[in-house]
Amino acid sequence: MNESEFEFLRGFLKARSGLALPPEKRYLVESRLAPVCRNFQIADLAELIRSIRISRSLALESAVVDAMTTNETFFFRDKGPFDLFRDVLLPRYLTARTTTRQLRIWCAAASTGQEPYSLAMLLEDAVERTAGWKIDIVATDISTDVLNKAKAGLYNQFEVQRGLPIQLLLKHFTQVGDQWQISQKIRSRVSFQGLNLIKDFTALGIFDIIYCRNVLIYFDAATKSNVLARIANSLAADGSLILGAAETVLGLSDAFTPDPAHRGLYSKVFQAVETRPLSLQRATSR
Amino acid sequence: MKHCLIVDDSAVIRKVARRILEEMAFSIKEAENGEAALSICQSEMPDVVLLDWNMPVMDGYEFLTRLRRMPGGDKPKILFCTTENDIGHITRALQAGADEYIMKPFDKDIVAAKLQEVGLA
Repeated sequence: MNESEFEFLRGFLKARSGLALPPEKRYLVESRLAPVCRNFQIADLAELIRSIRISRSLALESAVVDAMTTNETFFFRDKGPFDLFRDVLLPRYLTARTTTRQLRIWCAAASTGQEPYSLAMLLEDAVERTAGWKIDIVATDISTDVLNKAKAGLYNQFEVQRGLPIQLLLKHFTQVGDQWQISQKIRSRVSFQGLNLIKDFTALGIFDIIYCRNVLIYFDAATKSNVLARIANSLAADGSLILGAAETVLGLSDAFTPDPAHRGLYSKVFQAVETRPLSLQRATSR
Repeated sequence: MKHCLIVDDSAVIRKVARRILEEMAFSIKEAENGEAALSICQSEMPDVVLLDWNMPVMDGYEFLTRLRRMPGGDKPKILFCTTENDIGHITRALQAGADEYIMKPFDKDIVAAKLQEVGLA
């Protein structure tokens, strides 16, 4: 892959998904796109780039974005954000929403489903306290492939061992051949849908809690700021945002304030002014 | 420093487990069957046992049952290690007193996650 092909790919990924591919990550391109070439019977990366440029095949474009997106996840990943949900956020909102008895949670980069299902398992443990409540978990991801896997709720032996306590495996999963499937009861607590964070997501409605972990790190600063502003506008006035351990709002958004007692937890302080996705702003200014 | 006892009749498996756990700053003792492991536990109770299930002389099930009856034998966390993933097998190990399970071959991230799960990492 020559320099101009690499630059085209960077521009394509940025426009299509917001993914910023820095030059030092160039080594990833070959290993991640080689399987795409095989699947689409394309000879090499140069031909792949030509195909994207000429054919505008949505299937090929999606496959390239999927391959370049990191879908690393596991049950109860990092533990802290889930302890936070069980011990702080759930009690807080069960008190704050006693009038409406409704709670809406959004997992903004749900990948293969382990994060929303981990939250759903915690809700199942709190079933007596939440009787009569309507609690929605909306789980979104840009990749259709990972969402299909998430919806099926089928995980291999390696995946169910990563972060999932044995008692929860036995309680919520059944064995299907060599795999384990999460119960229908847990699956029914989560609704999955495809969503590209760089595009408008106001249709999802307003949420009380938003988990947006380990996705902003792949965006450049302008995209991060824009996504955070629109997330702020999708949060209730007293809503909570949870970011990944390596992520922050500092220097990117004034709409949130970090909770000094809980790493990764941010409270909304005011509505952000900017509400349109960057792509729409560019289109308007042309 | 936490103490880990690795019980497995395969020297290769013990070596792999030792390398992973030493990187996590555990001190290691090894036993090739349940009987040898019990004798180690009698002189010094470990914090955690990585326990193979199928071994000659004394298998993991018998070791665990006897260990839990020993004075102080309720303290070690037991991660039972197996190549069998059927639910009946896992349930039987938990009923015998295991705290967690790990599928072999060992993966460093999973060993670390399971140790964290039982409060040892």
